[in-house]
Amino acid sequence: MRTPLLLDIAADACPARRALGGGEESQDFESYRARASCVATWLAGQGKTNTAFLGMNGTALPVLLFACGMAGTPFVPLNYRLADSELNKLVARSAPAVLIVDDDMLPRIAPADGITLVARSDFEAEFMAGPTPDKADIPEAENDIAVLLFTSGTTGDPKAAVLRHANLTSYVMSTVEFLGAAEEEAALVSVPSYHIAGISAILTAAYGGRRIVYLPAFTAEDWVATCAAEAITHAMVVPTMLDRILDVMERTGETLPALRALSYGGGKMPEPVIARALAMLPHVAFVNAYGLTETSSTIALLGAEDHRAAFASDDPEIRRRIASVGQPLPSIELEIRREDGSPCAPGEHGEIHVRGDQVSGEYLHKKAIADDGWFATNDAGWLDRGGYLFVEGRLDDVIVRGGENISPGEIEDVLRTFDDIADCAVLGIPCVQWGEKVVAVIVSRSGEPDMPAMAAAIRARLRSTKTPEQWFVRDALPYNETGKLLRRVLKAELAEEVCGG
Amino acid sequence: MDLKPGSRWKSAVCEAQLVVVRPPNVAGELQCGGAAVVPIDEAGAPTGAIDPGFADGVAIGKRYVDEASGLEVLGAKAGTGSLAFNGAAMSIKGAKPLPASD
Repeated sequence: MRTPLLLDIAADACPARRALGGGEESQDFESYRARASCVATWLAGQGKTNTAFLGMNGTALPVLLFACGMAGTPFVPLNYRLADSELNKLVARSAPAVLIVDDDMLPRIAPADGITLVARSDFEAEFMAGPTPDKADIPEAENDIAVLLFTSGTTGDPKAAVLRHANLTSYVMSTVEFLGAAEEEAALVSVPSYHIAGISAILTAAYGGRRIVYLPAFTAEDWVATCAAEAITHAMVVPTMLDRILDVMERTGETLPALRALSYGGGKMPEPVIARALAMLPHVAFVNAYGLTETSSTIALLGAEDHRAAFASDDPEIRRRIASVGQPLPSIELEIRREDGSPCAPGEHGEIHVRGDQVSGEYLHKKAIADDGWFATNDAGWLDRGGYLFVEGRLDDVIVRGGENISPGEIEDVLRTFDDIADCAVLGIPCVQWGEKVVAVIVSRSGEPDMPAMAAAIRARLRSTKTPEQWFVRDALPYNETGKLLRRVLKAELAEEVCGG
Repeated sequence: MDLKPGSRWKSAVCEAQLVVVRPPNVAGELQCGGAAVVPIDEAGAPTGAIDPGFADGVAIGKRYVDEASGLEVLGAKAGTGSLAFNGAAMSIKGAKPLPASD
């Protein structure tokens, strides 16, 4: 099954429903599909293997994504936050390709073989402006790769994750009800197109019949203002966004009465932030979603009921589920495995493995999925007795101290219970005596953090080997723009200072 | 009748439109309102009568399954006929919708 089918059946069933954009400039489903078909005809005529995109969010993006599926040219969104040299490496790896670039980013692109550059303003003038064109008839394409997404490459050169039409359509059809959205529903998308959530948001909205409104780039002020002006009902945010959104709401007094559902993911949400969000947005259903690029987005989620039950419970086992990512999707098999591959018991920590039609587990020229379909996520985690999944971050981030595996997440959770902790990270730093030792980097609200009290809390709730041996106080921690803590950056900075211990 | 995933069909006797989500594991005929469905792009409006034994309707957005063959079909447009595979009535798949997560 191919992704354009999702748009096609929606456009046939409700051609006049609003699909893209806000205000006066919205496009209905008929226009959405017709424009995509015209773009597809043009792309097919260009004869390039791939279609790459470098630019900010906007309604041209979903049109281009579906057009790529129609034309059979994999869609390759590029990360505009990369340094020019890194960016141009990815451009070269996308060739032969048509590359559509925001006008102000054009000077960043070095000439490369096999790349046809198109300015976004030209693209939009040709395909996005004016009245709805006639739908072009195009034969069904062959190429079964829908999207190539470069991973963030924190461990080396970025890898091009392959998402096939079958993976993405399976994800959409097993998680979304066709036209399940009411006519007035609208989703605000602020994650960039080179993030898997930016891709899946387009597909699920089309199939669900929900209008998409874009923020070109995220600021908390714009997010709140757009939410209010467009009566946004659904949105997805990463943890760093939510805290800032709540700050703006507090300052402006905006209550976002139309908002119904807010999902978050892409990193660990500090519990105080989600508690604050629940208190400030009592009418909103919160969903915590966990997924990877290689799994076509969400594979587990903690729903609104789970949030309420966890916060209301006196039972510590249920209470702590607020920090979980909920249960695996019904369409996904999920196991925690030991290093030798055997399955872990409930409560036992190991590596998260998944299997299902939406799991691609594939990079360009390299399959990373086992013959039996299981994909090792490289994420550490565990399941509680009720099947709730706790994710502890990348397996590589686990601290190995004197042969003991220590997960930074549980130590950070204890630190975050201190009001004075605005942010924190726990890392393993090479050390002669233990192989690695535990250090904590904290951001203090008061500027006078009480380290002995924090150490005592960790000793009491966990154990002494998990107590940080050294503490660093910073003004802020480094994050990438989708809310992922840059642990390796921190680690490299600290390693020099700490060495010799 | 090649009921491959993603293939689109329409009822010969009512307004229903269908998409195959999972193919059957045996060859057979997808029927709506008691008559074989036709490819979506086939010209012509629905004609003929709906078999009263298959008149429970197709709902938009609902999924229909034939347990025996594994065939699963999505209602892409509603109609008054109901679905069958080789004469056996298909049943609604009762899946609880998940909350939006992206």
